[in-house]
Amino acid sequence: MVKFDANLLAETELVYTDGGILAEFSWSLVVLPFVAALLITFIGKYLPYKGAEIALGTIALIFIYSVSLMFIHITEGVASEFFVNVGSIGQFDIEFGWVVDGLSIMMYFVVGTVALLVFIYATNYMEGEIRYTFFFTSLTLFAGSMLVLVSSPTLIQILIGWELVGVCSYLLIGHYWEKKDNSSAAMKAFITNKIADIGLMIGIIILALNTGTLRISEILYQSTHDYEKLSKVAFAAAILLFIGAMGKSAQFPLHVWLPDAMAGPTPVSALMHAATMVTAGVYLLARMFPFYKSMAPEALDIVMLFGVITLLGAGLIAIVQDDLKKVLAYSTVSQLGYMVAAIGSGAYTAALFHLWTHAFFKALLFLGAGSVIHAVHSNSMLEMGGLRKVMPKTFTTFIIGTVALAGLPPFAGFFSKDEILASFNHEGETTFFFIAVLGAFITAFYMTRAVSLTFLGEYRGHGHPHESHNMMTTPLLTLAVFAIASGWVNIPGVYTGFTDWVTTRKTKIVEYHPESFDLFALSSGLIAGLLGIGLGYYLYQLQGSAETGDDKIKIQPVWTVLENKYYLDHFYFRFIIDPIKINISKAVDKFNTNVIDRFINGVGQIASLLGGIVYNNLDQNGIDRFLNMSSSGTDSFGGRVKLLQTGRTQQYLMLFLGGVVTISLLILFII
Amino acid sequence: MIVQPVLVTAAALFSLGIYGILVRRNAVMVLLSIELILNAVNINFIIFDSMLADSLMQGQIFTIFIITIAAAEVGIGLAIVLMLFRNRQTANINEFDLMKW
Repeated sequence: MVKFDANLLAETELVYTDGGILAEFSWSLVVLPFVAALLITFIGKYLPYKGAEIALGTIALIFIYSVSLMFIHITEGVASEFFVNVGSIGQFDIEFGWVVDGLSIMMYFVVGTVALLVFIYATNYMEGEIRYTFFFTSLTLFAGSMLVLVSSPTLIQILIGWELVGVCSYLLIGHYWEKKDNSSAAMKAFITNKIADIGLMIGIIILALNTGTLRISEILYQSTHDYEKLSKVAFAAAILLFIGAMGKSAQFPLHVWLPDAMAGPTPVSALMHAATMVTAGVYLLARMFPFYKSMAPEALDIVMLFGVITLLGAGLIAIVQDDLKKVLAYSTVSQLGYMVAAIGSGAYTAALFHLWTHAFFKALLFLGAGSVIHAVHSNSMLEMGGLRKVMPKTFTTFIIGTVALAGLPPFAGFFSKDEILASFNHEGETTFFFIAVLGAFITAFYMTRAVSLTFLGEYRGHGHPHESHNMMTTPLLTLAVFAIASGWVNIPGVYTGFTDWVTTRKTKIVEYHPESFDLFALSSGLIAGLLGIGLGYYLYQLQGSAETGDDKIKIQPVWTVLENKYYLDHFYFRFIIDPIKINISKAVDKFNTNVIDRFINGVGQIASLLGGIVYNNLDQNGIDRFLNMSSSGTDSFGGRVKLLQTGRTQQYLMLFLGGVVTISLLILFII
Repeated sequence: MIVQPVLVTAAALFSLGIYGILVRRNAVMVLLSIELILNAVNINFIIFDSMLADSLMQGQIFTIFIITIAAAEVGIGLAIVLMLFRNRQTANINEFDLMKW
């Protein structure tokens, strides 16, 4: 890898429009959800649909706005940013603002579309559930926080959006907090993210101190034009930012929160996994991509390494999960690994393209899973089976999502996964290329397993499941259309509009982009996908596992390792959480009771003692006595003086006259 | 113009009025004494006006005002005395101690 690529110095020679009034008013995209959340909180309960109508209306407005932005972006190409100065700390101007360029418009569109469909779905899915109104408040806030993050032209706003997303995810994962598991899952997500956030925060501070600005475009400009200035800290900053991204985008070893986050209601999982939370890390890496590319190519190698570990590791765990949502959760982690690895290999567009297609088909899969769970009242695939007959719409759309995820043409996942594989191949990362192909095989396999156990064979659960309400199946059908067609916007050699969309930015993006299909990568990916589906179908259909629901291919002890998620949670508990809990927390507790509490109590006692002394001496004997004496003095004095008031006018006049005469005499004789 | 005798007359009238106010016990007499004082002031106004030959005749105009006010004041004063007399059957000013503490 070259240390400093002269190509990167090239100014952006393309002329983009500033987007006109539509871009200028894009702040409303960010402000609207927060206003809506306030409204839902205060008046939602008194409305006929319990506040869901406000949430839906807001998100529909955002959707329409993002579609119009997308439209002018496709026709003209928009790249502009706006700043509002809100103050300064030392030399740093604290600025908020909104950036309207290819990358953020793509994210607005993804958030707007997926959120709209999830909201429609949720109105029915959450009907009659506890805290319905509050759920919509948090869901609106969640979408709004993500918009704060992706619209951010400054690092400080990114940090704010980042934390807001974390808080909202905490609220939503722990929606059913009455059960201990759910509230601990929420806590786990929050704390894991918090640990990663420290990396982001330090990274931002390092960048800000060394460039003297918080504006991202300014930092990117400096990192492509002024090698000396940042070269010393670039690697550290790049790694720290990546640690932040690892938390939100669930990269190994900080992915542990994401599968547990399935404790939240299914619409939350769909929104979180497709549009609003896990894409944040990939977005950050993409936003800072010119910086990584020109200043810290070594860091990109590390990014790629972690991405590849994640995509393989999480994919393997997904095979052994019995919980339908957990299969999808690990699948998300694995796909995020693809995106991060793609960024690491320098394929900016490929990563964002996969983010784009993945958002639609993963939202589809989650909503489909939600539909199934709603019908059978269980998350476990062992209690499902045979649902294709009773839930035809859910089954069809789920199959479309599965095929899109497995990467068969002409579905969306095929194009994006192929582009990632092609760029691996181009970069000469042979090992990683084959791991990614293996990942594609695993993906196809576990998805076939999930479909077999859920929809094929005979029903193993209780009760009589039936197809979900139209409010739930309509979003499924809409998303199915996206899952089929969203990949067609970037077909090498045919139409590569998506590449132009996301590279339309103030800073020039230098990356490899395939001109035509890489036949080797294409065939490897396709064969891997087909093999995965074939093996899955063979094992779970032809061998009859779907009938009984048990896995015939369990190979001890590999299975045990996978089922225990590589003992990563055990490791964290054994070496991080328990030591903290047992030693540090106990010690802190002891310190608290013995030192701080004692000190506080002592202070309290001393204060009370002092108070008593002050009360008895100063207050009772000093101030009170003085006040009492002065009042009684006034009283007795008045009692005597009042005798002068005889009520006889002539007496008064006499005194008055005496006074006049006295003063006159004084004036006459003395002055 | 000889001012002095007139001023002396006015001063005598004023002193007489003060004396009357302070000494007389009958409320009506006190009111009369107040009139004396006012007239003493009137005389002063008139004499100084003519001495200074004020073209606006402010002194004389003031005198007319004072006479008017005095008439009104005596009207009210007599009414009060009348009511007091009706209630207490006396006009002795020492009996009226409503303002006593």
